[in-house]
Amino acid sequence: MAHEGTAREKQPFNPLLAVLAALAALFFIFPLIGLITGAPWGHIISVITSETAVQALGLSIVASLSSTAIALVFGFPLAWLLARGSFRGKGLLRGLTTLPMVLPPVVGGIALLLAYGRKGFIGKPLESATGITLPFTLAGVIVAESFVAMPFFVITVESGLRSMNRRLEDAARSLGASRRTVFLRVTLPLIWPSLAAGTVLTWARALGEFGATITFAGNLPGVTQTMPLAIYISQSSNMTDEAIALSLILVLVSLVVMIFRRDRAGAG
Amino acid sequence: MLEADIQLRLSRLDLNAAFTVAAGEVLALLGPNGSGKSTTLRALVGLLPLAGGRVVLDGTVLEDPAKRVKVAPEKRPIALMFQDYLLFPHMSAVENVAFGLRCRGTDKKTAREKAAQTLARLDLAGVTDAKPGAMSGGQQQRVAMARALVTDPRLLLLDEPLAALDVSIKTNVRRLLRDVLRQSNAANILVTHDLLDAVALGDRMIVLEHGQIVQTGTPAEVTARPRSSYVADLTGVNLLRGKASGTMLELDGGGRLMCAGPATGPTLAVIAPAGVAVSRQRPEGKEWNAWLGKVSAVDLMGDRVRVHVDGTPAITAEVPPAAVDELRLDDGGELWAYVEPAAITTYPQ
Amino acid sequence: MVTGNTGTTRRGEGDMRSIRVLTGASVAALMVALAACSSSTTTNAAAGTPASGSAAAKPSGTLVVFAATSLTDAFNKIATQFEAANPGVTVKFNYGGSSTLATQITQGAPADVFASASPKNMTTVTDQSLTTGTPKTFAANQGEIMVEAGNPSHVKSVADLANSALKVVTCAPEVPCGALATAIFKNAGVTVKPVSQEENVGGVVTKVSLGEADAGIVYVTDVKANGTKTTGVPIPASQNDTTTYPIAEIKGAPNATASAAWISYVLGPSGQQVLKSFGFLPPTA
Repeated sequence: MAHEGTAREKQPFNPLLAVLAALAALFFIFPLIGLITGAPWGHIISVITSETAVQALGLSIVASLSSTAIALVFGFPLAWLLARGSFRGKGLLRGLTTLPMVLPPVVGGIALLLAYGRKGFIGKPLESATGITLPFTLAGVIVAESFVAMPFFVITVESGLRSMNRRLEDAARSLGASRRTVFLRVTLPLIWPSLAAGTVLTWARALGEFGATITFAGNLPGVTQTMPLAIYISQSSNMTDEAIALSLILVLVSLVVMIFRRDRAGAG
Repeated sequence: MLEADIQLRLSRLDLNAAFTVAAGEVLALLGPNGSGKSTTLRALVGLLPLAGGRVVLDGTVLEDPAKRVKVAPEKRPIALMFQDYLLFPHMSAVENVAFGLRCRGTDKKTAREKAAQTLARLDLAGVTDAKPGAMSGGQQQRVAMARALVTDPRLLLLDEPLAALDVSIKTNVRRLLRDVLRQSNAANILVTHDLLDAVALGDRMIVLEHGQIVQTGTPAEVTARPRSSYVADLTGVNLLRGKASGTMLELDGGGRLMCAGPATGPTLAVIAPAGVAVSRQRPEGKEWNAWLGKVSAVDLMGDRVRVHVDGTPAITAEVPPAAVDELRLDDGGELWAYVEPAAITTYPQ
Repeated sequence: MVTGNTGTTRRGEGDMRSIRVLTGASVAALMVALAACSSSTTTNAAAGTPASGSAAAKPSGTLVVFAATSLTDAFNKIATQFEAANPGVTVKFNYGGSSTLATQITQGAPADVFASASPKNMTTVTDQSLTTGTPKTFAANQGEIMVEAGNPSHVKSVADLANSALKVVTCAPEVPCGALATAIFKNAGVTVKPVSQEENVGGVVTKVSLGEADAGIVYVTDVKANGTKTTGVPIPASQNDTTTYPIAEIKGAPNATASAAWISYVLGPSGQQVLKSFGFLPPTA
């Protein structure tokens, strides 16, 4: 019965469905086409190798990867706790840790300032005790990106943990597996898809983060000016060529990772 | 040898079961749903902590709440074959089977070889590298068996091993399982709701109802003298309770029967449906054991017909199919039941 | 998958063709719709000629003013007076960095009036012939150092800002207040490394007000408007730089009458009085 497969009757052609789906696809494709056709192909090499572009791209990659790593290290235990733990206030904790997902990023930036800024209730003692300030630094960028992106990781992984069959862990223990072995050889492989999806989602969100970054970390080329910030500044200074070229780079980088992930995960 | 005294307090159930299983013995555990069969197994494995009692296997105390002793599941030499197999979907058959060995320290190569051997023994050499999703139900069941057997456990627990199989392959797998169990020198507990499994595979039997053991004995003893309506239903016999004085049996629910053999005190009476005669008129010349009831149901079971008669007492009779027309049983209505004293087997409660 | 059943095969090909036809049709429909929309916009723009000489007509309706952030408090006050003098007019503002506003206007944002904090950003708009008439200068502004209330870092001059221990914030160089800061530093002969370059002067004010930055270069009007929340450190005239504010009506403005009235008001005695009260300098000839 397991290998009969799920042979299905072929779906009848639904014109309405096809039209709506086609419109949706075009809705996404047209702006991409706009970017490609509007790009300054004539002098694009000089634009994308300019100091602004190189600095911004470098900062974006370093910051987004760091934020993703932070999400992995701190987000996984949190997801585990939310999925497996039973304690009062669990619903509240889940709500709070996923709040950044629904807040406008700039709100996140303001909140971050009030907590970790130089006059913030955490930031102030931090500065007087260690001299460390987070605003205006790359660390600040990473904090801002982690704040908005980690909830995506937590939600995705928690969902994966919830939906796995925990009795398989019982089976493993009954066969003699220590808790560590159960985790490494049973739990982890079973939640791998949601782990991978969560990581990519988090990284993408961190890469595109703007509002919290510019509010909390500020905007300084070479220090805190990530790609989205550089694009915004050039776009608002009527340097459209630079804005479009940088946008194109960001889109390309994101596309490459999205496609790469699907390949690794198997048949798309 | 297993000496188990399982005491558990769960939300739906209070479980109190004490029993022993000798090495090489197969104990069949029967009972209706919710009676605590699977719970007993989970407790023996160590997945559920005991509230009281003790579990001792081959002289080693595995759990003793009073003395705060609890050996972790992974350290108990016990294997459990789950009702839904619980094969690891991301591992192949041989990896599944080798899992237990590798957990207990065997190196990868040896474990794989042993696993492959066990798979071959169960006629699964063709699916060694297949994942569970690509196997048939019967193959999955045997892989689950192999996985439990390969670790040479001192206690083997089988939770409804044949329940999910197609009827057509059940007989073959039952035979396979019997051979495997015969060769095992571990203590074995087989949980089942199928009496045929218990009779075919079990050396002894325990009947569990609402968390309590209501009957133990060999399958033959239990089926011949059921002490609970659950077993009576399984074996398809009528079970009545009453107080006997001599050959007269006063039934608890009302009515009295004359039996062949004398008895005293609280007594159980078993009557095979085939031993109950039914008729539309009062049986002639029968002073005892005849009473009037009402047809409540007529069941066709293959080439036999069972008639359920509501009355004092209620009784099930078996009649040839022709009788349905003759007596116009489909019309329902009143029906006389009669039992020969010799057809009543009595034994003390 | 093609099976032996010819019926299924034919249907499969038909499906693909239908999908292609419908996709093509929907694309075509979308194209036509977009073309219609854009063409109607251009016809509007071409047709919308400001009724010259209609300054005599009474202004009414909504007036949309794009103005540099530094004008926020002054223009809000002028609007109150203007609306009182012209019942029936509602003034709506879009405040922001002048370069951002200029970009928005060149991309077709529906502004009636543009008031920029520097001639450079106005030039962006006039270069594309998007104004009616020539822009007029209505105010000027100068720079000032803004520090935390009470000046805890004891900043006394522009030179002090070169201290690397201080966190100094300026506008981005492309924005008028950023160009101002660059000029001031050059005049004072110091190298200052800001920790952040904000997109408009409001961002600088915020950072200093919150205490995230120790000092920032803003306009004198910003220091005045921020009251006691922050302290200002004046810049000597020899080091300071002035920026002038041009104002212009946008070509094809939806409310040409009110636009002209607004510009007149700002340039007139009432408007100039308000601007002066907020610390703006009069427009230099």
